[in-house]
Amino acid sequence: MTSTALSTISSQAAANRLLLRRKRAERRFQLYGILAISAAVGFLIVFLASIVSRGYMGFVQTEVQLTVNFDAELIEAGSYRTILRTSLAELFPDAGSSRAERRALAGMVSAGTVFVLRETVEADPAIAGTVQDVWVLASDPVDQFYKGRIDAALPEGERPISDASLARIAALEEAGRIALRFNRSFFSRGDSRNPEEAGILGAIVGSALALLVTLVVSFPIGVMTAVYLEAFAPRNRITRLIEININNLAAVPSIVFGLLGLAVFLNVFGLPRSAPVSGGLVLSLMTLPTIIISSRAAIRAVPPSFAEAAMGLGASRVQAIFHHVLPVAAPGTLTGAIIGMAQALGETAPLLMMGMVAFVVEVPGGFTDPSTVLPAQVYLWADSPERGFAEKTAAAIIVLLGFLLVMNGLAVYLRRKFEKQW
Amino acid sequence: MVTTSVSSNPQPTLVARELSVFYGEKQAVFDVDLDIMPREVTAFIGPSGCGKSTLLRCFNRMNDLIEICRTTGSMLLDGHDIAGPDVDVVQLRSRIGMVFQKPNPFPKSVYDNVAYGPRLHGLAPSRSDLDELVETSLRRAGIWEEVKDRVDQPGTSLSGGQQQRLCIARAIAVRPDVLLMDEPCSALDPIATATIEELIDELRSEYTIIIVTHNMQQAARVSQKTAFLNLGRLIEFDETKKIFTNPSEQSTQDYITGRFG
Repeated sequence: MTSTALSTISSQAAANRLLLRRKRAERRFQLYGILAISAAVGFLIVFLASIVSRGYMGFVQTEVQLTVNFDAELIEAGSYRTILRTSLAELFPDAGSSRAERRALAGMVSAGTVFVLRETVEADPAIAGTVQDVWVLASDPVDQFYKGRIDAALPEGERPISDASLARIAALEEAGRIALRFNRSFFSRGDSRNPEEAGILGAIVGSALALLVTLVVSFPIGVMTAVYLEAFAPRNRITRLIEININNLAAVPSIVFGLLGLAVFLNVFGLPRSAPVSGGLVLSLMTLPTIIISSRAAIRAVPPSFAEAAMGLGASRVQAIFHHVLPVAAPGTLTGAIIGMAQALGETAPLLMMGMVAFVVEVPGGFTDPSTVLPAQVYLWADSPERGFAEKTAAAIIVLLGFLLVMNGLAVYLRRKFEKQW
Repeated sequence: MVTTSVSSNPQPTLVARELSVFYGEKQAVFDVDLDIMPREVTAFIGPSGCGKSTLLRCFNRMNDLIEICRTTGSMLLDGHDIAGPDVDVVQLRSRIGMVFQKPNPFPKSVYDNVAYGPRLHGLAPSRSDLDELVETSLRRAGIWEEVKDRVDQPGTSLSGGQQQRLCIARAIAVRPDVLLMDEPCSALDPIATATIEELIDELRSEYTIIIVTHNMQQAARVSQKTAFLNLGRLIEFDETKKIFTNPSEQSTQDYITGRFG
């Protein structure tokens, strides 16, 4: 009797110990999870903070106000350089007229100012013969100094801006002729060798055109492939082989697709190099597996009873799929497509092979124009030695992230919208 | 065809002769001969996996959808062959409707659920015809009063029993002659089951109904004829009363008294 009582007690104690241990393990495991999430969130915050803190300056630009005498004769002669030189000399009357001094003055404003003046006149010919105050972009060293990126305390030889220029900036500041203004040209121009003039519009348009090609090519092909494989294909060795290959394609390094594109689209079909049409085709090769896999999953998740009910009413298999299965699978399919597009938006490696990682000044006007894409632009700017490109790089990354955010938001929105139907 | 039929008896609606179904190498239904009489409820009973659902799905050729499934033997609907490869399955399925085990309304409105079949077959040329057809079908399925104010709401928002009656309305909207019901009440609570059983009894006046059921009381309540299947063979097929009171086969007796199955 006592022995059984004792054994009951000891087994009770053992059970309690076991229970405690299990609870402890559970708590420990939760703690690991919380730690993992905190680490992830921490990294994200560091990443975003560093990008934004560097990048926000890319959206503003130092500008200098010139008083320009649009001399009608000089305009007639096309001597905008002289017009600019005159207004700079007026702005800094104490500067000498030696060649070196003139160059130093011209170095205060962006090298593209001459063209800006010409564009101003071309846009409004009535301006000829008048004197106007014009805000023009400051040159990169002036811009960087004005933004506080250059330490004036350094000896003159160790900074990219001379003492004379510093004095001139001080003078401009006193006169209220220098200011940080929103950088419109960043969103209205293509790339440039001068960081102050470089804009991202070319890359945005290039990316948009390439993605449009990708969407138009890969979405219908991907969805149709998924529909066929899920609903029509006979289950045999060949379809299994195709399935395995599609799944493996999703894991192929993207540069391989670039090589394929180079060999097939450029060399065999002779599509234009560096153009959104060829880049988009390569990206659609890369996006196809993603779309196929996610569409198949979405189609498989639709209860077979819908198709069965439709066919029980006399619908053909195609009707059942298009009337009932695809609409229900649409959110999943669209989400997959958008995620595939977002992936394609961030891809550089395959486009390298298509010549889309290129210095392109013109904003592309069509699918066959030379163009570059957002991530390629980031890469190009990050590679440039001028200081001004560092903040352009960060700003371009912010723009890229903004687009990704919009696309993912769209995916979430579409999913919500279509799921509401039932 | 049926030698024992008396001259006053009507011709059978559905006739199956030596019907066998194979899933790949495995035979699921063995040489079934069956006459389904019009305006009657015929119940298929038998233990799980005895082939009653498979047999039911032969009649509207739903088994064709299963790739490895093969059917041999002959089937006639009102004297016309429905087993051959040249049969228009779409037309056949508009004459033989089906109600499934789990209520499976489309994720669309109540109206669109019922209107789907008629639209598919072009049964209602105008909008008002369609409205009328939808209303009649819902009325006939005994659910009109419950849903008439919310035909625009999704069919999936109804209760389980209502969904099943909606599915019945959807099936009869294409004006079939035969209704196949594959355990229509197995996913429903007893009250909803009772409603459906009443409905089946009413529908008998217009449709030939075949119902597969696991529930022997249900078979006894709703059917006039009962077929008992076991291991893919039709063991006994007779008046429901006779099957449940005085079966000729020992295994039928064993099954209905709960000795197996």
